[in-house]
Amino acid sequence: MSVLYALVAAVLFGCSLYMILSRNLVRVLLGLSLLTTAVNLMLFETGRFRSVQPPIITEDANRLGGSAEPLSQALILTAIVIGFALTVLLAVLVVRAYRAHGTLASHEIRSADQLGDPFAAEAGDDR
Amino acid sequence: MIAETIAGSAALWPVAIPLAAAALTLLARRWPALQRGVMEAGVLLMLAASVLLLARAAGGETLVVNFGGWGAPFGVTLVADRLGAALSAVTGVVALAVAIYARADIRARRRRAGFDPLFLAMLAAVNGAFLTGDIFNLYVWFELMLVTALGLVTLDRRRAQIDGAIRYAAMSMTGASMILIGIGLLYGETGTLDMAHLSALLAGRAPTVALSASAFLLLAGFVLKAGLFPLFFWLPASYHTAPISVAAVLAGLLTKVAVYACLRVFVMVFGLVGATVAPGLASALAVLAAATMVVSVLAALAQVDIRRVLAYHVMGQVGYVTMGLALASSLGISTAMFYMMHTMLLQTGLFLGAGAIARTTGSFDLRRAGGLMREHPLFAGLFAALALSLAGIPPLSGFWAKYLVIDAAVRGGAAWLAVLALVVGFLTLYSMSKLWTDAFWKPPPGRPRALRRVPPAMMVALALVAACTLGIGLAIEPISVLTREAALQVIPTAASEVAQ
Repeated sequence: MSVLYALVAAVLFGCSLYMILSRNLVRVLLGLSLLTTAVNLMLFETGRFRSVQPPIITEDANRLGGSAEPLSQALILTAIVIGFALTVLLAVLVVRAYRAHGTLASHEIRSADQLGDPFAAEAGDDR
Repeated sequence: MIAETIAGSAALWPVAIPLAAAALTLLARRWPALQRGVMEAGVLLMLAASVLLLARAAGGETLVVNFGGWGAPFGVTLVADRLGAALSAVTGVVALAVAIYARADIRARRRRAGFDPLFLAMLAAVNGAFLTGDIFNLYVWFELMLVTALGLVTLDRRRAQIDGAIRYAAMSMTGASMILIGIGLLYGETGTLDMAHLSALLAGRAPTVALSASAFLLLAGFVLKAGLFPLFFWLPASYHTAPISVAAVLAGLLTKVAVYACLRVFVMVFGLVGATVAPGLASALAVLAAATMVVSVLAALAQVDIRRVLAYHVMGQVGYVTMGLALASSLGISTAMFYMMHTMLLQTGLFLGAGAIARTTGSFDLRRAGGLMREHPLFAGLFAALALSLAGIPPLSGFWAKYLVIDAAVRGGAAWLAVLALVVGFLTLYSMSKLWTDAFWKPPPGRPRALRRVPPAMMVALALVAACTLGIGLAIEPISVLTREAALQVIPTAASEVAQ
């Protein structure tokens, strides 16, 4: 079970890194969101697969025993929220970049490089 | 009763005050003057809270706040030791300088775009990262910093800003994922996230593959966020596009938080000083620091845009801090801390100065600047103090920062790093004198244009930073004692006995 999860996470990591290296910004965006998914899967595995019991302390006990790891699941929830927020923010930036430059090819979007380029004859003006 | 509660949760206020002020500025969106007032009051209160915290922590007291009534190691904690409190106080000074400067730089349009809430939330995130005692919490503060930084970089919605923000976001998200994987591996290996608990559990433990993998993944993530070689390309591609007040606060605070994370996690958790659980970490840091210093100063020499010159120097100074860390000795760690405080102040001041140069000459291009010396002698003097401090000229703080770190390298048997740091220091001096001469001394090119005046708010902010760098340089003894004690507090006890 652990090995299977590790393999799936590894494949997801590979796919996401391949997509992040793409020159198309939408693929980069999808790759980054896939990367956060892969990380979450890996975080899930750090809790080990011991039990399917929910992590609830029974009435007569005073400590948690024989249940699934609650903390790594809490970490995943936090990571999902953060990953989601950042993906949305990056998506907004990509849309703005597409409107401003008329392309999604990252090597054609060079306005940050042109601003103050030492090899240009005159200082680039950015509007 | 209330006073006791406030004093009892002293570590909370540097984080809670700016967060509350950020919420208030959002409510006051329609009234820009009120919004500015709330922002400035928030910054002042935060500075006061940080300075009080430092005053208590400097005595050796470690102030802890537990959230939700769960004590460490189960709950999330804020822990203010000497290092965290000192960096939080420096953050307060940086924030104050930027808040003063913003009176002249941030107009109604940028206020409406949300400068005040984003700036305050970023300060809360920076203080949170400096004061947290939980490694996952550290990751969360990093992400909050990234979100607010993206909002601030794109404040004017210009093409170059959108482009710069995309590069920044894509690289930082990749780095954050690496940090998160590292944290996950560490949790899987130890079952805890509290840094003090991790430090106790890992002390004296034999290195394992999982621990090494975790350490190097964290290193990759922190290197990316700190702008170290070879993962630095996003930094000079995005910092110069931001509004200058924003660039100043990014340059002063954000990369330093990543170096701080290196310092805290590698020294405290992985035991960098003494018997480390991740062998090879110190030599990796040394190579990264050396490469960063050389590449950044050479790249800075080729630039003509002031903001770009300074962005490369941000990287270079981070390289010096990392060099102190790479020495893996108690002396090296304390010099890294001193260097970090100095450079946080200085980078902010230099970017603010660059903004003032552009305000009076109308351009950030050094080829178009000139003649400022005659028109604005006081401004020329203040900027020269900052530039010379960066280059390491006594009696300014930059001299002590460079002297201490090079001295630590020689004593630590890393003479090659010391020689390299000296050469890079010389090139930095050349770069800064070129910048100053171009902007202030040389006659302006073309037909003479009228120079605009520098707004008083900008001069006050510059004077504040220049006074700080001179003050640190003159009062070196108490501050270096503080960093030495702070280093001993961060290094796990068993290792610090060996290191002495």
